[in-house]
Amino acid sequence: MLGKLTWAAVPFNEPIPLVTSIVVILGIVSILSLITFKGWWPYLWNEWIKSTDHKRIGVMYMVLGMVMLLRGFADAIMMRAQLALAQGGSPGFLPPDHYDQIFSAHGTIMIFFVAMPFVIGLMNFAVPLQLGVRDVAFPVLNSVSFWLTASGVLLVNLSLFVGEFARTGWLAYPPLSEITYSPGVGVDYYLWSLQISGLGTLLAGINFTTTILKMRSPGMSYMRMPIFCWTALASNLLIVAAFPILTATFAMLLLDRYCGFHFFTADMGGNAMMYINLIWCWGHPEVYILILPCFGIFSEVISTFSSKPLFGYHSMVVATMAICVLSFIVWLHHFFTMGAGADVNGFFGIATMIIAVPTGVKVFNWLFTLYGGSVRFTVPIYWSLGFMVTFVLGGLTGVLLAVPPADFVLHNSLFLIAHFHNVIIGGVVFGVLAGYTYWFPKAFGFTLDETLGKVIFWCWFIGFYLAFMPLYALGIMGATRRMQHYADPSWQPYMIAAFCGAVLIFIGISLMVVQLAWSIYTREKRRDVTGDPWDGRTLEWGTASPPPSWNYAVEPHVHGIDAFWDVKHKNKELHKVSESRYEAEHKPHYETIHMPRSSPVGFISAFFAVFLGFGLIWHIWWLVIIAIVGCIGVLLWHAWNTDRNTNIPADELEEFDRQHPSLGAQL
Amino acid sequence: MSGGAAVNAQGNPIPLSERGPASTWSMISFGFWLFLLSDIVIFASLFATYAVLSKATAGGPSGHDIFDLKNVFIETGCLLASSFTCGLMLIAAERRQLQQFYIWALVTWVLGAAFIGLEVTEFSDLVARGYGPTHSAFLSAFFTLVGTHGCHVSSGLLWLLVMVAQVSTLGLRTMVVRRLFCFSLFWHALDLVWIGVFTIVYLGAAVNA
Repeated sequence: MLGKLTWAAVPFNEPIPLVTSIVVILGIVSILSLITFKGWWPYLWNEWIKSTDHKRIGVMYMVLGMVMLLRGFADAIMMRAQLALAQGGSPGFLPPDHYDQIFSAHGTIMIFFVAMPFVIGLMNFAVPLQLGVRDVAFPVLNSVSFWLTASGVLLVNLSLFVGEFARTGWLAYPPLSEITYSPGVGVDYYLWSLQISGLGTLLAGINFTTTILKMRSPGMSYMRMPIFCWTALASNLLIVAAFPILTATFAMLLLDRYCGFHFFTADMGGNAMMYINLIWCWGHPEVYILILPCFGIFSEVISTFSSKPLFGYHSMVVATMAICVLSFIVWLHHFFTMGAGADVNGFFGIATMIIAVPTGVKVFNWLFTLYGGSVRFTVPIYWSLGFMVTFVLGGLTGVLLAVPPADFVLHNSLFLIAHFHNVIIGGVVFGVLAGYTYWFPKAFGFTLDETLGKVIFWCWFIGFYLAFMPLYALGIMGATRRMQHYADPSWQPYMIAAFCGAVLIFIGISLMVVQLAWSIYTREKRRDVTGDPWDGRTLEWGTASPPPSWNYAVEPHVHGIDAFWDVKHKNKELHKVSESRYEAEHKPHYETIHMPRSSPVGFISAFFAVFLGFGLIWHIWWLVIIAIVGCIGVLLWHAWNTDRNTNIPADELEEFDRQHPSLGAQL
Repeated sequence: MSGGAAVNAQGNPIPLSERGPASTWSMISFGFWLFLLSDIVIFASLFATYAVLSKATAGGPSGHDIFDLKNVFIETGCLLASSFTCGLMLIAAERRQLQQFYIWALVTWVLGAAFIGLEVTEFSDLVARGYGPTHSAFLSAFFTLVGTHGCHVSSGLLWLLVMVAQVSTLGLRTMVVRRLFCFSLFWHALDLVWIGVFTIVYLGAAVNA
C-alpha cells in the first residue's frame, strides 16, 4: 500500500533531524493557524497563489530563495562547526553518514533552490518592467514555473523528516549514486525534486526568451534594451539549451536505478564518465545562468549610482553573448583528471582562459563607468564594489585551476571549494543582494534601511574572506573537500578561522531579517512617492512604486538606451519653456486594456507534482497514477477554458495615474 | 498592445525590432519553437550517449545482430506519410473545412498508431529473445533513445485526440487552430528526430557490421 514507506523512515533516533523536524513543523503549523485565525486565506489565494502577475511571482520566488537560504546556511554552519572540532582524536558532533547528507543538501539547495529562485525572481520582477510591457509572454505558464520550483523545494525539505537525503555530493556522480551503492531513497529525493523544479526552470527559460525577443515596447530595438535584459536573455537562452541535458541525464540515472538499465553502472558496459560529461555540459552553462543576470544587475546599479550612462554598452552586450556561447565549450575543466589526454585537456584549459577575456572587458567597463561619475555610496554600490574586488580574485584562482597540471594537484581540494564560493558568493549572492536592495522600493513602495544594509554588507564581505581564505591555504596544504575529520592538528586554527567567518555571515543573514522587519515597521518614513527613488535611467522607474498590475497605463515609446533618463531630462527642459504647452503635448491617451486573469492552474498542477514525486520516491504506484491523472486533468481543464482575459477600463487607468503621479505617463 | 504601424510619422518604415510587442500567434509559435528546440537537446543528449555506448555490448548482441531493417523501413514510411497528412489536416483547419479536417486527422492518427504498433512489436520481440534493455549498456541506450521518440509519438497521438475533441466542442476558432499549428510543428519535429534515429541507429548498425 505505501511502497517502501514505513515508520522507520522517520528519524526518531537521530536527535538533530528530529528536533529540526519538530521545530519546522511547529513553525509551519503556527504560521498556517495565524493565517486561518486572521482570515487571510482568501487574500492569499486570490492575490498571490493564483496570481499570474510577473511582479508577484517574482516576489514569491525571492521569498522562496530567502527561506531556503536559511536552510542552506544552517547546513553550512554545521559543516564549519564540525570541522572546527573534528581533528585528531575528536570525532566532532556529526557522524559521517549525516555529514555526507549535509554537504549534499547544502550544495543542492544553494544552487537550485537559493541562487536559481533569486535570479529568476529578479528577472521576473524587473524584465517586463524594463521592457516597458504589461506582463511576460505566457503569464499562466509563469505561475506553473514558480509552483513547480516550489514543489521541488517541498520535496527536498520533506527528505529531512521522511527518509533521508542523498549522500553523494550535489551532482550525484555514479556509480556511487547507482542503486547498488545508494539503495536508500536519498538519491531518489534528489533526482525527483530536481526533475520537477528543472521542468519549472525550463518553462521559465522559454517564457523569458520569448518575452525579451518578442515583447518589447515600441521603439525598443535590441541595442536599446537595458543591459539587465540582455544578460537575462543570455541566461534564459542558456536555460533552454542546457536544462534539457540535465533532464535527460537524470532520466538515464533514474532508469538505471528503477529499471535496471546500465547507462552509468560499473558493469555490463555502463560508463560513469558519460554521466559526468553530460552533467557538466549542463553544469558549466548553469554557473553562467546564475552569474550573467548578476552582471546585469551590477551594470544597472553602477550606471544609476554614478549618474552616467554605462561605459561601453555595445562591448558589454558582445561580452555577454560571447560568454553565453563559450560557456558550452569548457565543461571538461571540471574533470581534467578523467585522463582524456593532453590535447583534450589543453583545448578545454585554453577555452576556459578565453572566457576570462569577456569577463575582464566587463570589469573594465564597470570601472570606467565609475570613473568620473559622481558616485553615490548607497548599499547597492557597496555590493557592487565588494563584488568587483572579490570576483576578480575568484576569477584569478579560476584561471589557476584552468591550467591542467595545476588542476591535477588542486582537484577536489578545499582550494576548489574556496574558488567556487569566491565567485558564487562574491558574484551571485552579492549581485542578488544588490538587486534586492535596488528594486525593493519599486516592488513595495518604500526603501530598505541604509545603515543596516551597510552593516549587512560588511558582515558578508568580511565574513566571506574570513571563511574562505583559510580554505585556499588548507587546499594547498592538501585538505580535500567533503572531509568529515582530519588527523593533522596544524589545520585546526585555519578551520576555526573559517568557522568564525561563517558566524559573521550568520550575523549578516540574521540582520537581513531584522532589516526587513525594521524597514516594514518604519515604512511611512521611507515611502517612495515619485516612483523614482534612485534617480534611475531605465523604464521601470517611470511607473508608480509599487506598479499597478498593468505596469504602464499607456505603452511607453522608447527612443534610446536609458529611455527614462532621456525623457526625464528632456521634460525638465520643456517644463521651463511653457507649462501649458507641456501639459497639452503630454496628456496621455488612455484606452481600455486586456490583462490575463489569475489562474489556479500553476498551483494545482504543482500540488499534484508533489504527490507524483513522493509516490515515485517511495514506490507508491497508486499515488503516482492519481497524481498523473490530476496533472493531465488540470491541463485539460485549462485547455477548455476560454475566459482568460479581463478588461481594465480607461477611466480606471486614468484614475490610478492621477493618484500616483509618476513620470511614466509622459513617456 | 498591437503590432503598431509599420511607418512612422515621417513615412519611413519602422524596423521590425521597434514595432512593439508581437502578435499572440507569433509569440505562441515562437515559444513553441523554443520548446521544440529544448526537446531536440534532450534527444541530442540521448544520441550522444548512444554513440558512446553503442559498442558497449558486454558480450551481448550488437545492433547488426538484432535489427530488422524491413520492419524499420515500414515504420519510417508510416511516420513520413503521417507528417504529410498532418500538413493536409492543418490546411483543412486553416480553411475551416471541418469534414476534411476530421478525415486527415483520422489518417494521421492511424499512421502514427501503426508506427507505434510496429515499434512495440519490435521491442517486445527483442525482450522475448532475451535482449531487453537491462542486458547491456548498448541495449539500454538503444531502448531509451528509440523509446523516448516512441513516447513522444504516443503523447502526440493523445494530443491529437484532445485536439479532435477541442475542434468538435469549440469549433475551428483561432485558439484551436493555433494549437493545431503547434501540434503540426511537434509532429514534424518528431519526423526529423526519426530521420536521425533511422540513420544513426539502424543504418549505422548495418554499415558498421
